[in-house]
Amino acid sequence: MAEAVIAPDRARQTGGRFWSGARWLRRHPIILIGLVLLGLMLVMAVLAPLFSTHDPVRLTPTERLRSPSLEHWFGTDHLGRDVYSRVIYGSRISLIVGFSVAALATVLGLAIGLVTGFVRKVDAVIMRIMDGLMAIPAILLAIALISLSESSIENVIIAITIPEVPRMVRLVRGVVLTLREQLFVDAAVSLGAKLPRILIYHITPNTIAPVIVQASYVCASAIIIEAILSFLGAGTPPDIPSWGNIMAEGRTYVMIAPWIVLFPGVFLTLVVLGVNLLGDGLRDTLDPRLRRSTGSI
Amino acid sequence: MAALILRRILATFVVMTVVAVFVFGMLHFSPGDPAAIIAGDLATSQDVERIREKLGLNQPIWEQFVRWISNVLVGDLGTSIFSDLPVSALIAQRVEPTVALTLTTIVFSVLIAVPLGIVAAWKHGSLVDRLVMGFAVLGFSMPVFVFAYILIWIFAANLQLLPVMGYVSIFDDPGGFLRSIAMPTLALGVTYIALIARITRASMLEAINQDYIRTAYAKGASIPSILFRHALRNASVPIVTTIGVGIALLIGGVVVTESVFAIPGLGRLTVDAILRRDYPVIQGVILLFSGVYVLINLLIDIAYTLLDPRIRY
Repeated sequence: MAEAVIAPDRARQTGGRFWSGARWLRRHPIILIGLVLLGLMLVMAVLAPLFSTHDPVRLTPTERLRSPSLEHWFGTDHLGRDVYSRVIYGSRISLIVGFSVAALATVLGLAIGLVTGFVRKVDAVIMRIMDGLMAIPAILLAIALISLSESSIENVIIAITIPEVPRMVRLVRGVVLTLREQLFVDAAVSLGAKLPRILIYHITPNTIAPVIVQASYVCASAIIIEAILSFLGAGTPPDIPSWGNIMAEGRTYVMIAPWIVLFPGVFLTLVVLGVNLLGDGLRDTLDPRLRRSTGSI
Repeated sequence: MAALILRRILATFVVMTVVAVFVFGMLHFSPGDPAAIIAGDLATSQDVERIREKLGLNQPIWEQFVRWISNVLVGDLGTSIFSDLPVSALIAQRVEPTVALTLTTIVFSVLIAVPLGIVAAWKHGSLVDRLVMGFAVLGFSMPVFVFAYILIWIFAANLQLLPVMGYVSIFDDPGGFLRSIAMPTLALGVTYIALIARITRASMLEAINQDYIRTAYAKGASIPSILFRHALRNASVPIVTTIGVGIALLIGGVVVTESVFAIPGLGRLTVDAILRRDYPVIQGVILLFSGVYVLINLLIDIAYTLLDPRIRY
């Protein structure tokens, strides 16, 4: 009996939450567009076998360099492979690399940033190392690292993460430096809280908003760098259809078969655009202070 | 103020030392035998031994570092494994196209981006502002080589206006130089333009809301005078800083752009060296690019310490 009373109430509540979420999104069209773009790409990546029309790696020498048609929506490449199916599967690499690098850089950046912000002794040393890392252009550092290791997706992820960490460390450290002067930290210290407890329960929650925004930019930049590495031949192993690889193989034929480079390029741009819009939207809603200093739409 | 400048120079030295240690250490602290990594998969054990001997990899690591760093300090970046030429000579051969491309891109981008940002800030919230900001987000999202191929598709494949690839030196044929550099400049510039336009708009918006701008209006100053003499001057520090910091972006972009348009510059040298695992060349180019980047930002720092009295604290 009691359940019967509660159930419709709960239903109304979740319905209400859904609609308020939808209303909130309508007031933030930038986030909405970003979410839709990214959501579509995610669905495409997860359900790639359903979306694709051909086997992305099967060679059909008789169907070489065909222009886009009903049979091959984005045409075929120099080995007769279906570009549309390859582009669909390629989204997997971009998203895996983008999300992994964002997650790794966030965890490392948080850990190092929290410690340097609070433990003054190591601060000077670690920050000089970070300054040095930031002086090396990210793409150069990534390709140099990748050239020293076996070509695999794991190594691509590590090579892209290392140049992204210093910026995250700087951001976290900056937030920590202002937070440690706050009254609630003094209160925790005077109550006898130990350093790890202060860092985890009092400091970290306050860094979340700027870190999420930064993580979205890291994700966008990682997707671009992965494509560049693969395009230059120093990234994802060439037998895996990633967007950079497809473009690298199609570049020789750009004058006679432009579809091979143009379609993956458009998808690449759309994914990065989605992530960037999401980041911009989150920045404006999560952290109004940032809005003025960096400018926004 | 001299003390401030001295501190900046010292900090730069520290940064470059870290870069040098890192560039040196990358090879030695990577998993596996460095000589075998450089030799590649098809190398025989004699090849590996030869490379080990040549690079001095069989000596204690600190001795290797001391020797390497003292050579670097006198301009000796080592010898290419692939071509047996000194790395500094290879760099000297390739430097002109890269400098030309970078300079045209910086000039072109600043000339486009700063006015765009000013107009967007002045007409804040208007259609123009939205268009500029929309373009900025798109510019950030489109990788250099994607835009490069769109340009090639339009201007080379369809309109047949511009050459697809190659580089003509400005000293040989200025007209040919402009034709060969036009598409690379445009492709390389887009992200940079987006970056500068965004920061120009943001810092102009901040300046425009200040009291002295209202005073300038009130005394009847013309709009161009208010925007350029009053607002832009006060907004210039973050804009110039961003132009300097953005050079890191350009350096990364140069590597890709030169590869797309087959320009025989430092970017091509880097990519070729990486594909051949020619480690002395990789080290040299990374040191050079990082050094130039750090030096430019040091000069910008010093310049506005001298020019802007507000920074002399």
